[in-house]
Amino acid sequence: MTLQHLAAAATGSGLFDMLAHPFMRNAFLAGTAIAAASGLVGYFVVLRSQVFSADALSHVAFSGALGALALGIDARAGLFGASVLVAVAIGLLGNRGRSDDVVIGTVFTGVLGLGVLFLSIYTRSSSGSNGVANVNVLFGSVFGLGAAQAAVAAVVGVGVCVAVIAIARPLFFASLDAAVASARGLPVRALGIGFLVLVGVCAAEATQAVGALLLVGLVAGPAGAAQRLTDRPWAGLGIAAGLAVLSMWVGLTASYLDGSLPPSFSIMAVVAGVYALAVAIPGVTTRARR
Amino acid sequence: MTMAGVDLTWNIARDVNNLFAYHFMVNAFRAGTAVAVVAAVVGWFMVLREETFAGHTLSVVGFPGAAGAVWLGLSASLGFFAFCVTAALFIAALPRRTRRGFSEESAVIGTLQAFALACGLLFASLYAGFLNGVTALLFGNFLGITNGQVATLVITAAVCVVVVALVYRPLVFASVDPDVATARGIRARALSVLFLVVLGVAVAAAAQITGALLVFALLVVPAAAAQAVTARPAASLALAVGFGLAIAWIGLAIAYYSPYPVGFWISAVALAIYSAARLFARSPGRRPVPAGSRVA
Repeated sequence: MTLQHLAAAATGSGLFDMLAHPFMRNAFLAGTAIAAASGLVGYFVVLRSQVFSADALSHVAFSGALGALALGIDARAGLFGASVLVAVAIGLLGNRGRSDDVVIGTVFTGVLGLGVLFLSIYTRSSSGSNGVANVNVLFGSVFGLGAAQAAVAAVVGVGVCVAVIAIARPLFFASLDAAVASARGLPVRALGIGFLVLVGVCAAEATQAVGALLLVGLVAGPAGAAQRLTDRPWAGLGIAAGLAVLSMWVGLTASYLDGSLPPSFSIMAVVAGVYALAVAIPGVTTRARR
Repeated sequence: MTMAGVDLTWNIARDVNNLFAYHFMVNAFRAGTAVAVVAAVVGWFMVLREETFAGHTLSVVGFPGAAGAVWLGLSASLGFFAFCVTAALFIAALPRRTRRGFSEESAVIGTLQAFALACGLLFASLYAGFLNGVTALLFGNFLGITNGQVATLVITAAVCVVVVALVYRPLVFASVDPDVATARGIRARALSVLFLVVLGVAVAAAAQITGALLVFALLVVPAAAAQAVTARPAASLALAVGFGLAIAWIGLAIAYYSPYPVGFWISAVALAIYSAARLFARSPGRRPVPAGSRVA
């Protein structure tokens, strides 16, 4: 389906009627909300050194989606259910809501293994398009989103953004100095777990756009770039979200114009380019980095 | 009905005999053995050095390498090795300012990793009709391993193990305390680069059996389980190799008799061994593992 859209797009007249296609409107609607949420969540993920946890959650999203497909229910139920459950588990198990790399690595190998099992059950039972479900979950299918799916993704994305901004102040404090924050009476542990739940929801969201394997780039890339560009927290949050949305828009447009580029690839290429630029710009070195 | 059309009986001798009846299965066991040994040894050091995230990135980078090689008409094996070693050198060139969890470095690695996977997707979609190949590259395949592949894997595994054996003492020292090691005249930086390259080769080898995404089943799990059981370096290294072999052999044997993929069985066995090791380490009467040595 996506390929046909792309073929139609390639023969169309280009940029001007891009938003005339419903599939492009859906992609932009869902993509913008997902990118903004990923940028905001990502800023704290990078600040709290939890990139690896986010990555683990993305793997969980993969298995959750395929598990739901294997059971014959909506993939999104599995996506959100599994990601949030595992986010809580990581938060409870890990040391003060921050987790041990080896434990995460071991657990996500097990989780991915389950995903493979579900994949083989699913492809056996549906006997149709073999690797397609797999590739869609792993690498996203933003051009294949229907109007209802896009609307739900947009609402959830906005919800995540609002939640992150609502807890931003105490979360900054708890992330930068957990000991002092808890001495001042902040519920540091609850904040950590709550934040991981947001990361889980964000992972499930982003899986629909760029896929389980690539969402870590959308989460970590713009945020990492923002941290290179400024050391002021609120500005950093804004820049992270802005760069994520920009990458999404440029990536979607590039894939619309050149049908041979998968949208997930274009988006990641822009993210990587933005990060490289941020590193190349000689700027903020004031932060104590040791 | 199972993958090879052979059913399990209660006669264990006959089952084992059936297991080796086909040449592809013999090759799978040969390759699996070589890969399990090298992954356990190198993974043990990776866990000790807290470079788990780098190891994950290397495994992920193997995927575009293999997909790109297939797209260009080369062997996937060549792509795995070329990309993993190049990425290892790239990671070695990154500054390593703190020992663990430095936020910006992990953001760089995470972004690099996502971009690499995206490139793999691009190569796979440029090489039309490769969607099922994507699953094999990511989640492993033990059917159709050729004699040539077995030879390559055995030789690279042997070279890696020999290199690690040659630098064993300084590498342990530099991994546990790089500052003191440097003060004692050990070239910790050079060792670090050498180790990352060895890690790249080991990951590339393991990925050819387990798939790029399930490398950790052979790389991290044996080491993590062994280090949970004992804190003594030599003993836990030996135990890690034992666990690795058990994971590979049991996983392959079950996969042979079952309709489900080898990647699932290998990771399931790995998880079972890890859980058992953690339970054993916690059981009453055992001295608790000293803090810090488990993931030291």
